[in-house]
Amino acid sequence: MPENPPLYPEMTVQSYLHFVAKIKGTPSAQRKTQVEDAMDRCSITDVRDRIIGKLSKGYKQRVGLAQSLLNNPEVLILDEPTIGLDPKQIFEVRSLIKNLAGTHTVILSTHILPEVSMTCNRVVIINDGRLIAIDTPQGLANQQKGAERIALLIEGPREAVRQKLASIPGVMSVQAEAGSDAQPAGFTVECKLNTDLRRDIANAVVTQGWGLLELRGVSMSLEDVFINLVTKEEV
Amino acid sequence: MQNVLAIWQREMKAYFVSPIAYVVLTLWLLLSGLFFYAILTNVIQSTMMQSQFGPGSQPVDVPGIVTRGFFGTMSVVLLFMIPMLTMGLFAEEKKRGTMELLLTTPVGHLHAMMGKFLASTTFLLIMLAGTWVTISALFKYGQPDWKPILGAYLGLLLYGEGLLAAGLFISTLTENQIVSGVITFGVSLVLWLIDSFSSGASGAAKDVLSYLSVIGHLDDFIKGVIDTTHVIFYLSFAFVGLFLTYRSLESMRWRS
Repeated sequence: MPENPPLYPEMTVQSYLHFVAKIKGTPSAQRKTQVEDAMDRCSITDVRDRIIGKLSKGYKQRVGLAQSLLNNPEVLILDEPTIGLDPKQIFEVRSLIKNLAGTHTVILSTHILPEVSMTCNRVVIINDGRLIAIDTPQGLANQQKGAERIALLIEGPREAVRQKLASIPGVMSVQAEAGSDAQPAGFTVECKLNTDLRRDIANAVVTQGWGLLELRGVSMSLEDVFINLVTKEEV
Repeated sequence: MQNVLAIWQREMKAYFVSPIAYVVLTLWLLLSGLFFYAILTNVIQSTMMQSQFGPGSQPVDVPGIVTRGFFGTMSVVLLFMIPMLTMGLFAEEKKRGTMELLLTTPVGHLHAMMGKFLASTTFLLIMLAGTWVTISALFKYGQPDWKPILGAYLGLLLYGEGLLAAGLFISTLTENQIVSGVITFGVSLVLWLIDSFSSGASGAAKDVLSYLSVIGHLDDFIKGVIDTTHVIFYLSFAFVGLFLTYRSLESMRWRS
């Protein structure tokens, strides 16, 4: 399904899907059930008699998706399926794509990296026409990160907190957010790979009497991975 | 085969959803009525004048003259209307992005081409049927010879098929309907002009030109003579058009 699905704007949704089913060679006995099934999976049954040209972009995208499901292809290639949709529609299309797993192999092409982490089992990164990575999203992140990262929100004198955190064994660096000591401050602590220092850090902060407002592990986002890989390639 | 029918059906529906079908049909019927009336009154007036100048002049075959004039004129009108029918056929598919949908299905090119060609032919048949309204008046008030009329319809059909095939080919060349329509119109005009060049030329050039004259071949049909030379000409013309269309569609596969 290309970015702009191949729709006939003057046809109704139902007649369009029947037409596509016919030309894709669906045997006539199965045509009706396949069309109904595709409409159901893409939640467009309620607009079956509407003229395609009059539908919103979200609905048009779903009709395009329904069309691609006809005649049960083994592999579906979707190019930017959520482009131009509003948040609600984006959510619906993504759930739709996730539901296709198991019955179809889906190849999704997109620039929206969070979408990849959300819907895909494996990621392929192509830069300048060359394949630069194939892995699961987690695998890529693990591969790329140089250190474990922990984000903190602490109430206390900035400099003292920073020094205390830096003194914990296993901590490589501590970065503090700028601001006055009166406000709780954000800290990012980088630790050696494959260590989990959250308990040690929590203990350190609390025993000093400072307020530990937030503590969480930060994993590398796919954007970071992508930028890393792409800039590495350019070197 | 069912693909061809599916495409034919879709194309027919598309014709009647867009304003093009209605504009073309209305103009066609309007012009056919007007020309018929003009030719008829012209012939009647001139024969009335003729009989005033001398009794015993030969009986004039009014219906015959009228049909010859009528079908001759309508063939030129067709020359101008057919581009409107064919201009969107493939150009719109390209513009809408549905070309890949049609062509990536198994045996896509052939089916798409035949489906569209049949749809435009059906439309042509509807147009020709529309002229029957005026021609039937001749039968009501006179005794026209039915053979030239039948011949004329057959000739117009074959002639139309040739032009439709040419128009179909031209519409595969561009995304823009208007450009497609104008080029088809231009080509039709050239084919019409060849007719007048052929009467001015001489020798071998005259033979070639008059063979190529699309309208020239109609004359015999309108007179009621069905000569296989002409049938073959029109069929070959249509075949060349369709062949070029097929090739053009195929070339799209490796062009991008």
